[in-house]
Amino acid sequence: MAKKNKPIDAQKIHTTTYWKLVWIHFKKHKAGKFGFYTLLFMALCGIFADFLAPVHPQARDSLAILAPAQLPHFFDSKGFSLRPFVYGIKTKRDPITLRPIATLDKSKRVYLQFFSHGFKYTLLGIPLDVHLITGENGQKIHFLGTDEFGRDLFSRLLYATKTSLSIGVLGVLTAFVLALIIGGISGYFGGIIDYLIQRFTEIIRVIPVIPLYMGLAAAFPKDWSSSKIYFAITIILGLIGWPTLSRRIRSQFLSLKNEDYVLAATVAGASSYRIISRHLLPSFISYIIIDLVISFPYMILSETALSFIGLGLRPPVLSWGVLLQSAQRIEVIVHSPLLLFAPAFCIFVAILSFVIIGDALRDAADPYKTHY
Amino acid sequence: MMLRFILQRFIGMVITLFIVSILVFIIMQLPPGDFADRYAFRKFSGGSVNITQQDIENIRKQLGLDKPQWQLYLDWIGGIVTRLDFGTSFAYQTPVIRIIKKHLGYTLILIFGSLLLVYLIAIPLGMLAALKRGSFFDYFISLTGYAGLAIPPFLFALILLYFLSKYTDFSIGGFFSDQFRDAPWTWAKLLDLGKHLIVPLIVLTWPNIALQAQTIRATMSDEINRPYVTAAIARGVPWWKLWLKYPLRLAINPVIGTIGFDVNRIFSDLPIVAIVLNLPELGQFLINAYLDLDMYLAGAILLILCFIIVFMNFVSDVLLACLDPRIKLE
Repeated sequence: MAKKNKPIDAQKIHTTTYWKLVWIHFKKHKAGKFGFYTLLFMALCGIFADFLAPVHPQARDSLAILAPAQLPHFFDSKGFSLRPFVYGIKTKRDPITLRPIATLDKSKRVYLQFFSHGFKYTLLGIPLDVHLITGENGQKIHFLGTDEFGRDLFSRLLYATKTSLSIGVLGVLTAFVLALIIGGISGYFGGIIDYLIQRFTEIIRVIPVIPLYMGLAAAFPKDWSSSKIYFAITIILGLIGWPTLSRRIRSQFLSLKNEDYVLAATVAGASSYRIISRHLLPSFISYIIIDLVISFPYMILSETALSFIGLGLRPPVLSWGVLLQSAQRIEVIVHSPLLLFAPAFCIFVAILSFVIIGDALRDAADPYKTHY
Repeated sequence: MMLRFILQRFIGMVITLFIVSILVFIIMQLPPGDFADRYAFRKFSGGSVNITQQDIENIRKQLGLDKPQWQLYLDWIGGIVTRLDFGTSFAYQTPVIRIIKKHLGYTLILIFGSLLLVYLIAIPLGMLAALKRGSFFDYFISLTGYAGLAIPPFLFALILLYFLSKYTDFSIGGFFSDQFRDAPWTWAKLLDLGKHLIVPLIVLTWPNIALQAQTIRATMSDEINRPYVTAAIARGVPWWKLWLKYPLRLAINPVIGTIGFDVNRIFSDLPIVAIVLNLPELGQFLINAYLDLDMYLAGAILLILCFIIVFMNFVSDVLLACLDPRIKLE
């Protein structure tokens, strides 16, 4: 295609693929780019949760129940230290209720250690015990404080991010597969099948799906293992998401199936599968991807809501919704607001990023149209 | 013509309800074991009596649960349609209808209160944003639109709960303060109820306000630049009449057309908000019924919620047809 006598720049533009064009347009959208990097950061935090967590997420620190946040410092009343440290924790007893109260001990420094050894984990099949940050001499440090069992909120948040994002991805993919099958059949074959499927989709859209599928979640046996529950919740998320996607896929199929190139392929003797996978899908996949990105927030919100009321993921699996369970009691959040605000902030940031990325992608998906 | 349209939609509503009732019935049958198992377990647990399979079979026969599934469904739906008999709640040991009668009122207040508030607030806000496009106010509305999605109602309820209990002595949770809970209805009690409704209403309406304001803004922006608006300005129509009579009438259509979806969204949020704020209304009962596997109660509540939504869809179709006669032709 590229001719040798053309200047290099022109050649480059000439051979830019569709996806590259989309990426170029996407990068011009500042908010979209910001959202993208934010999500990338969250995803990396989730993937490397084992490495980043200073304390094991299930480890209980009985000396630090509902401890306040131990933020890293370089300065204190004793002066400057090049090596960052956190204040230690001391436990007093409430004079009336005799409950232990953990407070910061500003006279004590706990220095941070980098790339030191902590609890064991496997990353990509490699057994490791190196952690980015731990407390000096194996002391437990809690950057965001602890919950009512003395478990480290920061570490738990990292693991929860991993679960919540991954179940979101799996949920969206499940919804996509369901929508592709149902919407594809409906749009490609048309006629009475289309009519019946459309009526059914409309009915599903009418009823409040979250209360309905809570019933599905309630029916899971109590003795199921956490991985089974995880899998089942993925399917519920798929069920929640498919109607909207399926409508979109159907309308795309309907508008494209009368194009000349589809007719040409049919005349040439191509099978339905080949026409769908080689000719129809590539032509509207970008719109579908946008819809997938847009449906992400609903997946995350649904999972959070289900887990929050105890019908979704169950401890010891951690997700943002599971973390919020301990924020259900008002006495707990008045004492340790971070138990509410830290997961809430993660949910807020993740959803906002997805929405902004969705908006930016919508603008970028049609790079051949000149903007402005 | 109009009558035929209404009849058509009405039949559609009945068919929808029929399919919904089947779905609800399937959900009800999902948990392992049936009513007889749980009944036997509850009745004999604690006691030292041994229950045999035969006892369970007897209970099953006694309750008529040994029939095939389709007949069970017919019995269930038949009882509801003919006698309003939703079965017996197993956790509360009373007919389901009694629980529903007692708490449906609060659910309806919350739903229709929220719906009314959404329209009263979102329509003027969306109009203003459209008239002042590109202004600070406009951006503010768009931003709240994002935030409305990113902070789900139950989380917002928790956050409000935190700030209110930390910085004020405003009592939230429940519908009444302690001294009014069992008191007869007086103005003071009504006022107390109103106070307790503020937080749930704010929480339930705000994502929907954000969404509908966006919708109004978008359609209104399209209409404002139409020639008929210019013509009306040229004729010297006073400004309030101009906006209210022409573009708003059109801009409001998509909002009216989605009443059913608004109710749907509010319903989806309501149970969890009710749990957080401890509101004894049907949504909270629904979740508790799920947690207890009290499936007759859960099924009844689901069915009633779906009925309200489907009915609101019907109302919205008819309203839309009255407001914009062109729609019927499609």
